[in-house]
Amino acid sequence: MAFEGLAERLQGTIQRIKGKGKVSEADVKEMMRDVRRALIEADVNLKVVKDFVKVVSERAVGVDVMKSLTPGQQVIKIVKEELTVLMGGEQSPIQFAKKPPTVIMMVGLQGAGKTTTTGKLANILRKKYNRNPLLVAADIYRPAAIQQLQTIGKQLSLPVFSLGTDVSPVEIVRQALEQSKVDHNDVVIIDTAGRLHIDEKLMQELKDIRALKEPDEVFLVVDAMTGQDAVNVAQSFDETVGITGVVLTKLDGDTRGGAALSIRSIAQKPIKFVGMGEKMDALEPFHPERMASRILGMGDMMSLIEKAQANVDEEKAKELEEKFRTQSFTFDDFIDQMNQVKQMGPLEDIIKMLPGAGKIKGLENAKVDEKQMGRVEAIIYAMTPQEKTTPDIINSSRKKRIAKGSGTSIQDVNRLLKQFEDMKKMMKQMTNMQQKGKKKMKMPGLNSLFK
Amino acid sequence: MSFFKKIKEKLTGTSESVSVSEKFKDGLSKTRNQFTSKVNDLVAKYRKVDEDFFEELEDLLLQADVGFETVVELMDLLRFEVQRKNIKDTAGIQSVISEKLVEIYESGDNSSNELLVQDAGLTVILFVGVNGVGKTTTIGKLAHRLKGQGRKVMLAAGDTFRAGAIDQLQVWGDRVGVEVIKQSEGSDPAAVMYDAVRAAKNRGVDVLICDTAGRLQNKVNLMNELQKVHRVIEREVPGAPHEVLLALDATTGQNALIQAQSFKEATNVTGIVLTKLDGTAKGGIVLAIRNKLKIPVKFVGLGEKMDDLQPFDTDKYVYGLFADGLEQEDKNELN
Repeated sequence: MAFEGLAERLQGTIQRIKGKGKVSEADVKEMMRDVRRALIEADVNLKVVKDFVKVVSERAVGVDVMKSLTPGQQVIKIVKEELTVLMGGEQSPIQFAKKPPTVIMMVGLQGAGKTTTTGKLANILRKKYNRNPLLVAADIYRPAAIQQLQTIGKQLSLPVFSLGTDVSPVEIVRQALEQSKVDHNDVVIIDTAGRLHIDEKLMQELKDIRALKEPDEVFLVVDAMTGQDAVNVAQSFDETVGITGVVLTKLDGDTRGGAALSIRSIAQKPIKFVGMGEKMDALEPFHPERMASRILGMGDMMSLIEKAQANVDEEKAKELEEKFRTQSFTFDDFIDQMNQVKQMGPLEDIIKMLPGAGKIKGLENAKVDEKQMGRVEAIIYAMTPQEKTTPDIINSSRKKRIAKGSGTSIQDVNRLLKQFEDMKKMMKQMTNMQQKGKKKMKMPGLNSLFK
Repeated sequence: MSFFKKIKEKLTGTSESVSVSEKFKDGLSKTRNQFTSKVNDLVAKYRKVDEDFFEELEDLLLQADVGFETVVELMDLLRFEVQRKNIKDTAGIQSVISEKLVEIYESGDNSSNELLVQDAGLTVILFVGVNGVGKTTTIGKLAHRLKGQGRKVMLAAGDTFRAGAIDQLQVWGDRVGVEVIKQSEGSDPAAVMYDAVRAAKNRGVDVLICDTAGRLQNKVNLMNELQKVHRVIEREVPGAPHEVLLALDATTGQNALIQAQSFKEATNVTGIVLTKLDGTAKGGIVLAIRNKLKIPVKFVGLGEKMDDLQPFDTDKYVYGLFADGLEQEDKNELN
């Protein structure tokens, strides 16, 4: 029941426009309806959607769309650009105090993931910034919240300051700050209790903690699945406590995460980190462009690349590149490469991740021919070692033998040989291009696998 | 008889239900005030039921996380009804709105809002849901509620993954005064369930409530693990789990629908507990969930105290959202 992405939504409208010579203002209006719906289904706040659609319409009705040959793509491009701009801006790292300790406060609703994020953040600060953080257990309300932070502290071998549940959070933080001086902790991360933004008493408590020592960062921790209410939450926390940044959690789920856009445009505070899993190193910097694609449901090229990176053997890849360059690529390498691609999972899943894959004509139902892959494999396995390394020696009687041995036809063998030659040529061009400074991940040979 | 009168009658029928509805109203007051004042603004602003009125009502519902499709469906129903009854001005439209909301919610499905507890023998209730929605807290509250009804309750600490989760359930167990079956952190949750079911049978427990670790519905391994937990319970007690309750955070947006669907596929969810409804979020997506997946809301969480769990009643829910508007209408009618 996943919702359609913007690209799919726009399909119908684009199809209609394609037949026409010109794109009218009415067409843009119609496309904007799709944009509006896609954003609402991604949980972007309605007010934010309205402002956004207005801005995009103004740009879209202008020249670039009208003259464009592919208006649909143009609209998506504008939408994505604007979205990225709205969400991005400067990527600000963590603000550290000139005079230690740096104080970071974690605030948010119940269940947003403050305690887990506190652990992850401390982990990053130690690993990447070489800091010595102290975790402060200031959640005295939720049962076992302190134990949770202590367990995390133990996992990470980091000190956790706690005074149990009978001391007020303000007093806990006050003493923790003193302790940090004694123990020379240069960062103090305060894990506060989850609270409703309309709970005046508890919001006052945050203000009181804040008043002890001006924190360098106040991070609002927000669940990526939050709906329309994200705006109220961000606004209230910002107004009463004053936040400096946002951490978006549980983004490893399948939510579109429109809350990110809502918070960003209402509170005007940067999203600094995203939580991508339950492990202690699953906290990543925020990428505005990825988030824009995700909200629009436009395929996630970055995930694809990451998936490839996780599965492709770095050494092998380097070896392969060398072979591309020196033109010593053989059928053995070809098989190797095919197997690596296969390891990444069903090809159809991979194709789905390609941006715009749904738009390419014929590809939407172009099932990748896994059978064809099998045939290619069989042909290669039917070759002698010599034939694999120097395919030039394959004459017609060898072809006959290979076809027979692999249970295919001579035509199939011919086709593969030709593809292999084309591939080699293509690789040569590509490696030249890469050396000119364009670093891009390519998967040559994939083309030949599509019918 | 107009809609509000029916509701009023229902609510004032017994003294107990009044206090419950007061509680419900209290918890929802923030939600309701915001929402109904908007509805009232709307009614005041647009005296006529016209396109502008519909448009603003549509916005109002979208902001309650009701979701695009459901809102469109409701608007169609409303437009039709307004035409049929020839409603011209906005006074009186509130009852039509709430009637139609209930209609969409129930949509011919008569599955019960009530919790299914066996009259005799062991009842097993399994809690599932994504991380941080309030499963453990809800279990504590539900245990308190069932114990108050004179039942012997036992809890199973099936969240062996999250740091401190077992301790958290134990605290609730102590608070409520019920036994908690647990193993160490990191142990197999299915094994915990096996132990718990055995213990529950041996000690003549009426209701066993099983906690599980929060998991995002797109994590295949974790969903498989949940299926295994479900299977173990099923094997040990025929017909169990009698209820599989999905805890759903009221602040969740449209992803809740996917959550409900995935958890239903994995564990055959029988009901929803809508948590954190004491905030400003409205949890409007439950309309779509019931409408599409036929999963009714059984309880709502209205705070962090032990008795802050209330049974869900569709009419009361809608009444809570529209109370002010309805009361106004009531006065108008008397005049």
